[in-house]
Amino acid sequence: MSFINYSSREINCKIVYYGPGLCGKTTNLQYIYNKTNPEAKGKMISLATETERTLFFDFLPLSLGEIRGFRTRFHLYTVPGQVFYDASRKLILKGVDGVVFCGDSQMERMEANIESLDNLRTNLAEQGYDLDKLPYVVQYNKRDLPNASPLVELEEMLNPTKVQSFEAVATKGVGVFDTLKSVAKLVLTELKKGG
Amino acid sequence: MASNQLVMYEEELQQINKVCDVLHRDANCKAVLVIDKNGQAIASAGEVDQLDVTSLSSLTAGNVAATGGIASLLKEKEFAGQFHEGEKVHVHISLVAQRVILLVLFDERSSLGLVRLRVRKAANELTQVLEALIKKMESGSQPSVFAEITDADIDNLFND
Repeated sequence: MSFINYSSREINCKIVYYGPGLCGKTTNLQYIYNKTNPEAKGKMISLATETERTLFFDFLPLSLGEIRGFRTRFHLYTVPGQVFYDASRKLILKGVDGVVFCGDSQMERMEANIESLDNLRTNLAEQGYDLDKLPYVVQYNKRDLPNASPLVELEEMLNPTKVQSFEAVATKGVGVFDTLKSVAKLVLTELKKGG
Repeated sequence: MASNQLVMYEEELQQINKVCDVLHRDANCKAVLVIDKNGQAIASAGEVDQLDVTSLSSLTAGNVAATGGIASLLKEKEFAGQFHEGEKVHVHISLVAQRVILLVLFDERSSLGLVRLRVRKAANELTQVLEALIKKMESGSQPSVFAEITDADIDNLFND
C-alpha cells in the first residue's frame, strides 16, 4: 500500500523480494545497501537466526530521487524463504506495491522455485491481490554457477506470463539494480494509472 | 490497489501532529509516533531526533502484524495493545481504527497507567481524524500528484 504524503511531499512504496530459501533475496538487499549513497538509504535491518537465515524479514529504506518535487521512497523487504515460515511471509506481503520473485538458477532448486512461486500466488490471493495485476518482475539468481539451468528452461517454468526478467549474480551485483529499477518503475507507473 | 492507498494532506497531518503533541505532554512521555500499519512513519512528537524513526516504524509494524497473526490463530479479533518493559525505556503500542499504530515511548517520569489513560483519549481523536481523511480520499475531491507526473518523469528518475 503506497503512502502519499502531500505535507512532506513524499511518495512511499513497498517492494517485497520473494523466493525459496537461500536463493539470494537478502544478498540482493545487502548489495543494494552497500552500493547506495549514505544519504539515499536508511539502516538495513535483518531479523535473522544465529546462522543468518532470515527469520522474519530484512528491511531496507531507499530513496530513489524526486519526481515533480516529490521524494520517492521505497521500502524493500525480503521474506523468509524456508517453507515453514509461511505465516510470516503472509504478513510481509500485506500492503505490497511491487514484487520481485527471486529464483535460484541451480537445477536442483527448480522444484523449490516452483513451490515458492505457487506459494506467492496463494499468499497474495489470500490478501486479495492477483500477481498478474501487480507490478512484478522475475530475477534468476546464481547465473554464474556451473549447475545453473538454461535460461529458456527457467523462463518456461517460472515465468509463464512473460513479465520482465533479469539474470543475476547477486553476490557480485550483476542484475541487482536492473531488477530493482524495473520493479520500482512498474510500481510508479501503476500508481500513476490509479491516480 | 489504489483503494488501499493512504494519502496524507496538510490539514489532517496538522491535526494528527496536534494529537501527538497533546499526548506527549499529557502522558509525560519521551516520544510519540503515529505509524501506518505497513510501517511508514506518519507523525511524531517529543524526543525523536535521536531515534531511527524509519527502522522503528518498520519493526513496530512487523511486530503488530505478527501479534495480529497470533490473535487470529487464537481466534481473537485482535490484541489492541502491547507493552514492552525495558530497564530505562518502555514502549506502549496500540492499533487505532485498524489503520494506524500509536507508539508511545516513556520512562520513569511517567507510568503505564497514565500512558494507557492518555492513549485512550488520543486514540479516539485520531480515529475521528482518520475517518475524515478516508472520506476525503474516497471523495476524490483532492487533485492527485500523479495527474501531473508523466511517463517521461518516471523514465527520467531511472536514467543513470
